[in-house]
Amino acid sequence: MSTLLAIGTRKGLFLATSDDRTSWQLSAAHFPMQAIYAVAIDTRAETPRLLAGADSNHWGPSVFHSDDLGATWQEPEQAPVAFPDDTDGALARVWQLQPGPADQPGTVWAGAEPASLFRSDDGGLSFELVRALWDHPHRPSWEPGAGGMCLHTIIPHGDRLVTAISAAGVYRSLDGGRTWNASNTGIEARFFPDRYPEFGQCVHKIAADAEDPDRLYLQNHGGVYRSEDGGSSWNPIHAGLPADFGFAMVAHPRRGDSAFLYPLVSDEQRVPPDGASRVFATTDGGNTWEARAGGLPSEHVYGTVLRDAMCADDADPTGLYFGNRNGEVWASADEGAHWQSVATHLPDVLVVRAATLA
Amino acid sequence: MTVTVRLPASLRALAGGRAAIDLRDAGTVADALDHLAEHHPALERRVRDERGVLRPHVNLFVGTENIRDLDGPATGLADGAELTILPAVSGG
Repeated sequence: MSTLLAIGTRKGLFLATSDDRTSWQLSAAHFPMQAIYAVAIDTRAETPRLLAGADSNHWGPSVFHSDDLGATWQEPEQAPVAFPDDTDGALARVWQLQPGPADQPGTVWAGAEPASLFRSDDGGLSFELVRALWDHPHRPSWEPGAGGMCLHTIIPHGDRLVTAISAAGVYRSLDGGRTWNASNTGIEARFFPDRYPEFGQCVHKIAADAEDPDRLYLQNHGGVYRSEDGGSSWNPIHAGLPADFGFAMVAHPRRGDSAFLYPLVSDEQRVPPDGASRVFATTDGGNTWEARAGGLPSEHVYGTVLRDAMCADDADPTGLYFGNRNGEVWASADEGAHWQSVATHLPDVLVVRAATLA
Repeated sequence: MTVTVRLPASLRALAGGRAAIDLRDAGTVADALDHLAEHHPALERRVRDERGVLRPHVNLFVGTENIRDLDGPATGLADGAELTILPAVSGG
């Protein structure tokens, strides 16, 4: 058994491997100089497939796949993610590649900029625009966040799809994507005079509880929230955290009530509180939080952890990983109690994904 | 008539390793790019997005003239013309 850690950065994709999740071997850059905002390690088939959304500053975005763990990469002759002619849209970036549930082995979802959702039924080789969300009457009023007008989070569960768009908020479908509604009840938008609008929230990341699919955890642009009803409504759970700003949110992959995040001081100070690098964990659904920072630097830390730059693996005990905009990558083989450095001096880390390989 | 499309090193793998592609009957830059879209779609989409808009950090030269200083995609191509694709000076 080995663990693969895919690290997408502003200037390439790096693959780290380990047999013990303590000592890591780091590859050279794949897609050098291309920004890798989205990576997926799809382990549903016998042969794992890597998917990478690569964005060249000169030559534009695309999605590549590898069926040999990154030894070679392929790109379909026709653009894998592209807007249909009648939309007048043009793909700016792929922000998310999300394999579907195990009982939908060919389904992969892509979140993109401009804010849009695409579906693949061939394992990520070709994608089709989800028209109903693109045609949503709110869309002309959506405003971009600092990163761009992007759909960055996709949580499929049966016919329910929960997505997050910056800065439009949560949009949800209960019928497999045929109809969509804003689903931001209870989420605060501190940057508007009306702090609880129907949409316009800047939701940074959502993760689903491992045991209760109706329980969702959300890191907002100010505020941490929980939903107990599949995203219909949200309630704050940031009491006990040193700050309620941040980007990442990761749920434990097997154990309910457990999630992890990486707080930052505030909207105006996007650095770790107290200059200390700390992951915070809850084991009671967000009622209480504790720092997990053994081995992490505790002073003079200014590295921002972005929305997809923290993840969990599927091993037991669960491994946690995060990277920051200073090019540091850290790994824990014990759910955050102790951390080891995987890499330093990489370009800004945009995304990490990890999986156990046979 | 024949025109030659010259490729930067970073795009040659998308044309079977060739540094140049000769085209027939491409009277304008747009015609040449349409030809690439039909025969080398993975190459053409590095140059134009799916709306057919030239990517902002890509430059096309007819001879030594940037088509943005000529007639853009409507710039005519004479027999023997060279259309050169180059990445712009950008990035960080």
